Amino acid sequence: MALHAPLLVAAALFSIGVGGFVARRNVFALLMCIELMLNAVNLVFVTFSRQWLSVEGHVTVLLVVALAAAEAAVALAIVIMLFRHRETLDVDVFASMKE
Amino acid sequence: MLDAILFAVLSAVAVAGALAMVSRRHPLGSALALIVVMIALAGLYALLAAPLVAILQILVYGGAILALIVFVIMLLNVREEDLAHEDGLRGRLGMGLTVAGLLFMGLAAGIHAIPADPFAPPPPGFGGIVAVGRGLFRDYAVPFEVVSLLLTVAVVSAVGMAKRRLD
Repeated sequence: MALHAPLLVAAALFSIGVGGFVARRNVFALLMCIELMLNAVNLVFVTFSRQWLSVEGHVTVLLVVALAAAEAAVALAIVIMLFRHRETLDVDVFASMKE
Repeated sequence: MLDAILFAVLSAVAVAGALAMVSRRHPLGSALALIVVMIALAGLYALLAAPLVAILQILVYGGAILALIVFVIMLLNVREEDLAHEDGLRGRLGMGLTVAGLLFMGLAAGIHAIPADPFAPPPPGFGGIVAVGRGLFRDYAVPFEVVSLLLTVAVVSAVGMAKRRLD
């Protein structure tokens, strides 16, 4: 096994995340697309750690996972507030910043 | 040889799960597909000599973050009429897939420009608790403390936000 295969998998996951992010309007789907992109980046870190046999990539992955947990907590709290106010999950309805 | 087969299977599961995730209309289906992706990724980490990261991926991502997402979806009791108006979902997904394909081709071209040798065998204990813990708590102690502070602030603010009553 060499460097290219895991990197291509990570690229595919990241691309699907970006594609889903532009295609979907459901706020949960957008959050999960962000999680998917973060995971693709983690796979790249682990792959290069394997390549250079250094644990710094693993450490970075753990920090990114903690960041993702913080992001998920705050984002889900915001989603709960938005859903109570607007009774919908459609991100096109959450446009009050534009007005 | 076994590694290559496992790698191909897990990669296929991860990519298929990701495609299922973006194409499910109801968020609960998306969340379940995302759990499949997380577990397949944990298998890939284990194949890439990162056992600790693989375990933490299942514990933290599959166990905590996805459980939180599923919990919030259930808590909000999402009904069919609350979902986003995604009438042209098929067409929009086609557009998203086009964007994804173009991005993937660009990334793949970049990846193929990287010279690749086969992986060297890892030293014993590589990616285990001792090696990663030494890196995390000695060389990266300050980022670790900063992240723990950030996580505390984020969770406290999330609780404060979600608890507030509507007036």
